[in-house]
Amino acid sequence: MKSKEAQPAIGKKKSGFQYTLKQYWKYRGLFMIMIPSVIMLIIFKYVPIYGIQIAFKNFRLKAGIWGSPWVGLDVFRKVFGMPIFWQAFQNTLILGVMNLVIGFPMPVILALLLNEIRHERYKKTLQTISYLPHFVSWITLSGLFITLLSPSTGPVAALYRLVGAQPYYFMGEVSTFRWVLVVTNVWKSIGWGSIVYLAALSGVDQEMYEAALIDGASRFQRIWYITLPSIAPTVTIMLILRAGSIVSDNFDQVFNMSNAAVYKVANVLGVYTYEIGLKNMKYSESTAISLFLNVISFAMVMLTNTVSKKVNDYGIW
Amino acid sequence: MEINKASVKPRMPERKKNNIIKRTLGEKIFDTFNVIFLGLICFTFIYPFWYLFATSIADSSKQAMSQIWFLPQYFSLDSYKNVLSSKFVYLGFMWSIIRTVLGTAVALLLSYHFAYALSKRYLPNRNFWTLILVFTMFFSGGMVPNFLLIKDLGMMNSIWSLILPGCISAYNITIMRNFLMSIPDSLEESAHIDGANDLTILYRIFVPLSMPILATVGLWDAVGHWNAWFDAMIYITTPEKQVLQVTLRRIVLEGSNSLVNLYGEEVQVTMTPETIKAAVTMVTTLPILIVYPFIQKYFVKGVMVGSLKG
Repeated sequence: MKSKEAQPAIGKKKSGFQYTLKQYWKYRGLFMIMIPSVIMLIIFKYVPIYGIQIAFKNFRLKAGIWGSPWVGLDVFRKVFGMPIFWQAFQNTLILGVMNLVIGFPMPVILALLLNEIRHERYKKTLQTISYLPHFVSWITLSGLFITLLSPSTGPVAALYRLVGAQPYYFMGEVSTFRWVLVVTNVWKSIGWGSIVYLAALSGVDQEMYEAALIDGASRFQRIWYITLPSIAPTVTIMLILRAGSIVSDNFDQVFNMSNAAVYKVANVLGVYTYEIGLKNMKYSESTAISLFLNVISFAMVMLTNTVSKKVNDYGIW
Repeated sequence: MEINKASVKPRMPERKKNNIIKRTLGEKIFDTFNVIFLGLICFTFIYPFWYLFATSIADSSKQAMSQIWFLPQYFSLDSYKNVLSSKFVYLGFMWSIIRTVLGTAVALLLSYHFAYALSKRYLPNRNFWTLILVFTMFFSGGMVPNFLLIKDLGMMNSIWSLILPGCISAYNITIMRNFLMSIPDSLEESAHIDGANDLTILYRIFVPLSMPILATVGLWDAVGHWNAWFDAMIYITTPEKQVLQVTLRRIVLEGSNSLVNLYGEEVQVTMTPETIKAAVTMVTTLPILIVYPFIQKYFVKGVMVGSLKG
């Protein structure tokens, strides 16, 4: 007991600057190993973070990041005063909520359904196939969906004509474009997303099912009372990880799938940041929007984590 | 109840069997429905790629007149000939391969070294180093500061602009660090006593043991590099240096027909035929489609490792 109490005192002594330096010298071999990586981290992650200051400056290319004059929150005022920014923000939020509400439960449902299949090889095959879209880029998939949904040549349109209906241009109509985004996003991510839940499902104690079976629980009761509660912690953690994504629209997808006809709904903040930043060279405005988004998504993750800790007792940190 | 349980249990040697015995009619209907439903879902994962393939091997002059459902019609490899004879496509293919190989190698090397150092409890200020790494997972500079950085470094139009910015991934390093932490310290201690230095220990002892995680993260990086396009689109402005994904984007999504030489010089085609688009897409996607059945299990392993950490 005494020795344990003495430890903090030693620790205090040890935390001195000189001691730390000595430690670095002692473990210099190890430290040298990570130095190149730390340099890369600083150059390619922290220098851009440092560059965020141009959101508070009137950035001019000639003057550079250093030479441009500070303007306080002027850039933010300007950005927030633009109706098109709010349109983009609204589009991002709507898409984010749709993707979360529809896209989040889908992999869970797929995992539950796959879990009910008894034929192991069939199950394995289905799983493997369901990962396929995850490996393919959005450029490929956009081209693919544009072809498939094309009102003139696509098989979907042909199917419409076969039953005597008028082919619908899903990707060219403001009313359906969002749904195309959500559905194709689910299509791409559902199989991959289900892996985590299938892993959690395989960890459920089989004896619970046996006991429930003897007690006369039906299949659906077993799913409801055993399976679902067992994977609840995993679902919560995944939800926390997804929370920030409400404001981070899937740029790769939206940018590649959108066309001029649906600009009204396809103009999400990711696309807008790119357009005003790199196309129109309004660097300060673009960075201000990026920062705004980053802060919101960071806050969202923090918030969900705190709520989850209070309600469920598990968070990611 | 307790006694009942005990007496019943030994009679159920396999879970599979007793489940089948106790199926009610409703459950049977559900099972059948489930098997068919999931089969259909999987069909939707394959069909688009099959359709793409069927279109790519059709004769472009005749394809437009008929509808392709499943079977390729008017078989012709002309589209592939056209696509592969385009210098932008094969240069793009080359740059994509260079980017993938070099990018994966650099990322693995730097990430593994970082992860190794962070996995050691005796690393001075270990928490601080971990924190500055993890922070980048939630906070980043954004598009424009990154762009300006690459510009200031003079890396525009250089392959390094595609390789270096993403080489330190907090997520991958965390996964590797967790893996390395599960390797017992005793292995290292004996090597230290024998006078081996840190680099020797790293490469002689830890690398051979880390092969599973190196394969997993390496494949993640590789597929990521192959599919990446945005950085190339903004940093690479010379078409001859462009990676395949961006060339594909130009041809398929922007409808640019200057990149693929269409049927000699005389015929001016205003719109890129669907078959050509399909063929370019196939050329870009085929490497992934071919390796995916073999690498997917490594990918899955990585997801498991990542989720365990949570």
